[in-house]
Amino acid sequence: MKDLSGWGRYPRLSGPLGKARDMGPAATATATLPGVIARGLGRSYGDAAIGRDNTIDATGLNRMQSFDPNTGILAVEAGVPLADIIDTFLPQGYFPCAVPGTRFVTVGGMIASDVHGKNQHIHGTFGDHVAWLMLAMPDGRVMRCSPHENAELFKATIGGMGLTGTILSAGFRLKQVETGWIRQTTHVAANLGEAVRLLSQTANATYTVAWIDVLARGASLGRSLILEGEHATADDLPWGDVRFPPSTNGRLAVPMDMPSWLLNGMTVRAFNELYYRNGARKAGQTTTVPWDSYFFPLDGIAHWNRIYGRRGFVQHQCVIPEAKAEGVVSDILERISSHGAGSFLAVIKRLAPGSGLMSFPMEGLTLALDIPFNEKLKPLLAEIDALVVAAGGRLYLAKDATQSPATFAAGYPNLDRFKALRDEIGATGRMASKLSERLGL
Amino acid sequence: MTETDRHTTPKRLLVVGGTSDIGRAVAATYAARGWHITLAARDTDGAERNADDIRTRSGAHQIDVKHLDILDTNSFEPFLDGLDALPDTVVCVVGMLGDQTRAQEDADHATTVMRTNFEGPALLLEMVAARFAARGHGLIVGVSSVAGDRGRASNYVYGAGKAGFSAYLSGLRNRLAKTDVHVATVKPGFVRTSMTADMDLIGPLTAEPEAVADRIAALETRPADIVYVLRAWRLVMFIIRAIPESIFKKLSL
Repeated sequence: MKDLSGWGRYPRLSGPLGKARDMGPAATATATLPGVIARGLGRSYGDAAIGRDNTIDATGLNRMQSFDPNTGILAVEAGVPLADIIDTFLPQGYFPCAVPGTRFVTVGGMIASDVHGKNQHIHGTFGDHVAWLMLAMPDGRVMRCSPHENAELFKATIGGMGLTGTILSAGFRLKQVETGWIRQTTHVAANLGEAVRLLSQTANATYTVAWIDVLARGASLGRSLILEGEHATADDLPWGDVRFPPSTNGRLAVPMDMPSWLLNGMTVRAFNELYYRNGARKAGQTTTVPWDSYFFPLDGIAHWNRIYGRRGFVQHQCVIPEAKAEGVVSDILERISSHGAGSFLAVIKRLAPGSGLMSFPMEGLTLALDIPFNEKLKPLLAEIDALVVAAGGRLYLAKDATQSPATFAAGYPNLDRFKALRDEIGATGRMASKLSERLGL
Repeated sequence: MTETDRHTTPKRLLVVGGTSDIGRAVAATYAARGWHITLAARDTDGAERNADDIRTRSGAHQIDVKHLDILDTNSFEPFLDGLDALPDTVVCVVGMLGDQTRAQEDADHATTVMRTNFEGPALLLEMVAARFAARGHGLIVGVSSVAGDRGRASNYVYGAGKAGFSAYLSGLRNRLAKTDVHVATVKPGFVRTSMTADMDLIGPLTAEPEAVADRIAALETRPADIVYVLRAWRLVMFIIRAIPESIFKKLSL
């Protein structure tokens, strides 16, 4: 038995964890173990990567298979970390088409969660760049799935949270970049309305995201820094700069659990104030920053989840359809703000529809925030979820630890198709995580 | 091979045990330095998997896979003759921990463990040494174990095999000391590999396979005879060897 939890460290559960060292054993485990789910680097926040009865540690599937510079398609086993891919291919001038906020995730996990990055509004999710994948099914077959082969299964596996089978390997496109630097422009929004307007205005930028001060109230509610980014060309670099800087972060670490009282209204408010003011000084300026601090700022602090203490935290990420987005986000912020214990990490971003059956993105605005967990939080989250449901929005399964089956069903209109497909391939009850059990899948 | 050839054509590494975690790390380290790699293994599919990985990561295409069963001693001669060229360096990482309790009761299992850790590697490296000596140079790296430094109740069948291997390497080194053929014995201590996956390892005494590979590759420029990958192990094993047998036999280490 192993203690198992997600990155948010809520809930903390335990169960058997077996390491698959090759694709054959991973397929066998998928076909023979009851209530099983694959787990990569454990960066989903809640209970998605914890099996109902058994968990397959897929990090042993860590071999790269081939790279074709003509098509840009990299084939790897599903446990290869994104960090390895960037370390290997960025110096050759290639970068993944979509990356999430941490590079310590596996390819299998990125596909299962259909992760998105700051360019999702233009370039789609990670799943949009997957050319094919090999899926180990509960009946023992291993199927090659792509937009042309077993297309329905492919669509269900992109964003399917591992519930259609175990992803063994995949091929996906890398894009060419001239440098490993990003030209970042900061805009300041004094309130939510301005932030939403600026996000629309910067929608042509490759990367755009807003950091939002969750604790600001009244006229300042929703004040934000909008960070726009473009890949720097070789000509953009000051003379003498290394074109592909190696990763510099990773030297800092949170050595142990911080006491739970550390993050209270006052300390978080002080942090947010400083962060906002520091950003506001750079308003309108463009700076050139290395890839790691732009895409993965928190990777620079190992075990940053410990800052929330032993009780852990939840990350709540919803998306609200365009028409109601501003009003609902404003309502959520007001409730969080009056609750007090807000977060360092609140982000809003414009999303475009996703392509997987169960993909999270839809046309609208997404809001993601970290909140230290305690039991008193549950009613607040339920209130927020009700707002999301009423607006026709949904919650991101890779972040989720608390939503109800009703909230889930309301948010995912393809759920019936997904369930029917799971029945058809014998996955119902066999491929099962704590998340799928909680949500009644 | 003329002196100029040696500078223009890549040097060659033979890894015996090409599916092991240490073998994979050694091959990747040498490939990154531009060497031609041959992975020898019984499980050629597993070795091909590692070869593809190294090719993709390093962009190097000079890597091939050959079948070799370390228990099939009759195959060693044709195996070595069948290589495209005699390697510059041979790193032997084959080994088998086995199951100590089973080995006590099952002579066949004990035989397999001892032959895999000692007989096979020793006989193969003897043939390599003869070829290196005839050519005039070469580096032989035998990956042995601290378990061979003193027999313990928990793993003495494995330990005895490794002790035999260490003694063999020591003798080979002694015999070839006046030639340009170098023999190194590497004792990794605990390494985080599939062999040790079920053990509770002591953090400060545990190395990653990449660290073992770096120490081995360093032998190319700075030869050494007996290498403990983590220096702490030299002290630990010094103490363990120094304990009188009358006391040692009563300990459970």
